[in-house]
Amino acid sequence: MTINEAQNEIIEEFDLFDDWEGKYEYIIDLGKKLAPLPEAYRDEDHIIKGCQSRVWLHAELKDGKVVFQADSDAIIVKGLISMLVQVLSGHRPEEIVNADLYFMEKVGLQQHLAQTRANGLASMVKQMKAYGLAFSSLVKQ
Amino acid sequence: MTTTSVIPFDIERVRADFPILDQEVNGRKLVYFDNAATTQKPVSVIEAILSYYRGYNANIHRGIHTLAEKATADFEASRKAVKEFLNASSTEEIIFTSGTTMGINLVAQTYGRAFLEAGDEIIISGLEHHSNIVPWQMIAGEKGLVIKVIPVLENGELDLETYESLLSERTKLVAFNHASNSLGTVNPVKYMIDKAHEVGAVVLVDGAQASSHIDIDVQALDVDFYAFSAHKLYGPTGIGALYGKKALLEAMPPYMGGGEMIREVTFEKTTYNDLPYKFEAGTPNIADVVALKAALDYIAKWGKNNIAAYENHLLQYATDQLTQIDGLRVIGQAKEKISVLSFVLDGIHHQDIGIILDQQGIAVRTGHHCTQPVMDRFGILGTSRASFALYNTTEEIDKLVAGLHRVKKLMA
Repeated sequence: MTINEAQNEIIEEFDLFDDWEGKYEYIIDLGKKLAPLPEAYRDEDHIIKGCQSRVWLHAELKDGKVVFQADSDAIIVKGLISMLVQVLSGHRPEEIVNADLYFMEKVGLQQHLAQTRANGLASMVKQMKAYGLAFSSLVKQ
Repeated sequence: MTTTSVIPFDIERVRADFPILDQEVNGRKLVYFDNAATTQKPVSVIEAILSYYRGYNANIHRGIHTLAEKATADFEASRKAVKEFLNASSTEEIIFTSGTTMGINLVAQTYGRAFLEAGDEIIISGLEHHSNIVPWQMIAGEKGLVIKVIPVLENGELDLETYESLLSERTKLVAFNHASNSLGTVNPVKYMIDKAHEVGAVVLVDGAQASSHIDIDVQALDVDFYAFSAHKLYGPTGIGALYGKKALLEAMPPYMGGGEMIREVTFEKTTYNDLPYKFEAGTPNIADVVALKAALDYIAKWGKNNIAAYENHLLQYATDQLTQIDGLRVIGQAKEKISVLSFVLDGIHHQDIGIILDQQGIAVRTGHHCTQPVMDRFGILGTSRASFALYNTTEEIDKLVAGLHRVKKLMA
């Protein structure tokens, strides 16, 4: 599945909800189901500090593809992270660098990427792209 | 805490004065419970800004034309209103600032620079907002001062016994808030000021949170410096005032250099203007100073004691209702509190609470409230904080309670 196919799948999923409660129930559920981040990665090297909640992000290159693992101490952010991982994980570094992430806006969650939310999510997207860039130079060598 | 069952003013009339309240957020009628961060503005304050810019915008103190005279008169009338609001003895003791933060920095950078020496001790409290910590750390780092901290008790009150043991002849300055923004604790300021004076220290009180709730009398308190912000008492953002005892302000060097604050300038030597202008360099925030008076007039119209009684009634009601929610713990249970209710819900992150309440049109503040040391003290990363103003109602508190039940249901 391409990055855009994964995004479109999420958008379709959200089309089923007609109120905020269903939408957030779904996000919270994703948060609960997100595979736990190994304790070793929940450290200062992996943390992305927000004013409100903390996010941990780990990335590694496997067979030329970037695999992301992430976690947060707040459950809604964790659900949003789960979607970002679902969209970006398992793709080649340059695909991640060039990805146009439109699904958050399409499903009406763009406010979570805004600076005011100060939740580290916007920084996490930047960090995922930075990993993409770092790994792409590695792959080229 | 006194509660009153009689609402001393017409809440519908009060609410009608605040146009921002009449709106929907996420499809629900807005419930605004973030008043400790900033209060909303009544029509009279908004009109004061509009009529200044529409009718008589001019630079003050220098122009001899009619608009400049009117602007100057209104600007100085606001200073007089602040003097009366604080019961200062003279308008020379009222310095307009951009807010509480600037007032504290002004004292740290002028009084601190001129009169504090290496080894001198500053005492602050464990309840302080970062803006009453960092300015002191900056000057302490520069001059080799020692900062000591009054610990916070389990109920959110200050440990006064330890405070007294920290005081010594080395203590040169003591700074603490009148009321805590994150827990609501009202500190026994008069007692604390007297104790500091016994060892000859000067005292700065951060009045940002107290100013809209508690009557302030700087002469009765005998406080040396008192800082507050207009935007927390229904006035505009970016304006506030610092009270300082005249003798201290006269002895202190200026803060910033520029226009307004000078008497004569030559390239060899500059002499400074009299108080309060010595500390007001540059063209001030005239429009917002004018509107600050409108805010003080608005508070006076209802009466601060009536407002405080009504807010106490809201706080009491909210505390009673919220503590019935399973797993909810109030952080900060001081005997005397302003209308601030900070709480945590077992197993639920404050950010999740904030997001789900926002979906229901309820605005609370979540996080550390710029008081990380307070959060550390209670071993938490943050709280959810509902803070009430004179336009809030018990019906709105019921919505918060229902909103929190919904949070719990969703997170279960």
